[in-house]
Amino acid sequence: MNKSNSSKKPIESMGKRISLARMRAGQKGNIIKISGGCGVVSRLEALGIREGREIKKISEQWMRGPVLLQHGNTQLALGFGLASKVLVEITGEYR
Amino acid sequence: MRILLMGNPNVGKSAIFNRLTGANVIVSNYAGTTVEFTKGSLKVAGQNVELIDVPGTYTLDPTNKAEQIAVEMLKGRKEGDVVINVVEATNLERSLNLTLQLIKQNVPIILALNFWDETKHKGISIDVEKLENILKVPCVPICAVTGEGVKHLVERIEEAKPSSLEYDEKEKWHEIGNIVDKVQTITHRHHTLLERLSDASVRPLTGLPMAVIVLFLTFKLIRFVGEGLIGYVCKPVFENLWSPLMLKLSYFLGSAGFIHDLVIGHLVKGQIDYGQSFGLLTTGLFVPLAAVLPYVFAFYLVLSFLEDFGYLPRLAIMVDTLMHRLGLHGLAIVPMLLGLGCNVPGVLATRILETRRERFIAVTILSIGVPCAALQAMVVGLLGRYGMAKVGIVYGTLFIVWIVLGVLLNHTVKGKSPEIFVEIPPYRIPYLRSLSKKIWIRMKWFIKEAVPFVLLGVLIVNILYTLGIIQFAAKFTAPVVTRVLGLPSEAVGALIIGFLRKDVAVGMLIPLGLTAKQLIIASVILAMYFPCVATFTTLVKELGFVDMLKSAGIMIVSSLIVGGLLNIILI
Repeated sequence: MNKSNSSKKPIESMGKRISLARMRAGQKGNIIKISGGCGVVSRLEALGIREGREIKKISEQWMRGPVLLQHGNTQLALGFGLASKVLVEITGEYR
Repeated sequence: MRILLMGNPNVGKSAIFNRLTGANVIVSNYAGTTVEFTKGSLKVAGQNVELIDVPGTYTLDPTNKAEQIAVEMLKGRKEGDVVINVVEATNLERSLNLTLQLIKQNVPIILALNFWDETKHKGISIDVEKLENILKVPCVPICAVTGEGVKHLVERIEEAKPSSLEYDEKEKWHEIGNIVDKVQTITHRHHTLLERLSDASVRPLTGLPMAVIVLFLTFKLIRFVGEGLIGYVCKPVFENLWSPLMLKLSYFLGSAGFIHDLVIGHLVKGQIDYGQSFGLLTTGLFVPLAAVLPYVFAFYLVLSFLEDFGYLPRLAIMVDTLMHRLGLHGLAIVPMLLGLGCNVPGVLATRILETRRERFIAVTILSIGVPCAALQAMVVGLLGRYGMAKVGIVYGTLFIVWIVLGVLLNHTVKGKSPEIFVEIPPYRIPYLRSLSKKIWIRMKWFIKEAVPFVLLGVLIVNILYTLGIIQFAAKFTAPVVTRVLGLPSEAVGALIIGFLRKDVAVGMLIPLGLTAKQLIIASVILAMYFPCVATFTTLVKELGFVDMLKSAGIMIVSSLIVGGLLNIILI
């Protein structure tokens, strides 16, 4: 683990449960729960994104813009509101 | 027997369709390129078989219109119909969701593992034989874009069959996970340059500057190629080769008379003036081939590259926040960009938007605020001599109208707009052959569509003038045209022809000797007031008659308001 370059504190985040929207870009974690109407759950499920799966947060945009996540080899852009419905347990950083 | 091409969005169905049928559907690197199904035919074992390219779907439980079409096509299948399930080899797990659903429906399928070449670069290794044994359907690795493996796919189509694989619906993902574990191995490898570029494109600090640079370069390149072709190729050809020929013809036709004026038009100081002559063989050919075609080519050159590279969905992420102010989401930028080439494919592309409200808003602001390449080329040609700043006023006004109208519609049209939810494809270096083919298809389509309509427009203009109809209409509409818009009353002729073709309409402004300010107002009005007939028919089909009337009402009212304002504001 390379701590000398990080300005944040990665170890403290591990195990933390937070929505995909509020996660930091560069973090990864396992999906705990996807809340919301049937629409969100089934659309994500169609892509294989479901509880227990690991996803990485690639980027976020200013002013509550879309969130870009990666699941396996699939990259998906989600609106901020949709991303807030995905609860993730942080497992670390991927970059 | 019919064959359906089914699979997730952006996996190569259309590329395969093109390869197998020799047809020419548009292929791009983003989800949503195919908005309706297309039919073609190919020979399988000596027989002609119908092949259907279907919009992509992730699941047989549709979440949008394109997916609904796919599911309906599947439901409509008959005995003996077969499905080529196109699967992204680099995304096996996600792709198998649809595959297993198809298997459960007892559909006879054959699997095509596309992007096989990319698996090596991504460190992915798939045991195809094992996959075939587990799924119990034939599996063929292919690369649609280069054609590798496609012949093999066709040879094995007859082997397509329903699978005997059974699984519990609740355990579906578990089952998929098992299959993937058994057939796929991934070796770690470093981020490629394209992957790093992809990350940079979406992170705000690097992504926003990149978007600005891309848009700036796009504009510069289109100008450069367009003006270059006009100045060094088209104008010289017309002036040095065609004009002498036309003058000879003019003399042969007696230098006057109805036929002469129709074919050659009016000679200005004894010479052919492509702006003013307005003959079928002079202006009628110059406008589409020398004034507009270079820009159409330049535009599609750049757009096709951006499409195939995969930049557009990332641009959609960058503009999403802005789009929400207009009641849309980021992906709506795609129809807007397409509309800059021709409004018709732009309107058709709004089908990627999920709700009726979004489609109405998108289509309305597109028809009003997004000028097509034909209109743009003529406006730049006409206003350019007064300086690019004047041209900039036209673009600036249309852009402001686009935004303001979008915001207004967002506040007035009932309903909510959903958030963006779109897969972002990897960056791919465009394959030169398919890129050039695509540009060629679009150019051919433009020439086929534009030239006849322009000739028709020139013909009608001549007839209308001869019969005095334009002069009559001018007297009738003079109060509005002269006082509100500040234009000479004859300009109404341009508005009449504008319904047929906008480039001919701009051409009609030339002999009126307008000032720069009047040209600006006329250009903006022509862009906004009403769609050309091609766009009009598409709008009626997409919106239905009632919404089309609403949209048209908005167009006419807003163009009068904006025209009037410009008349007051500009000096």
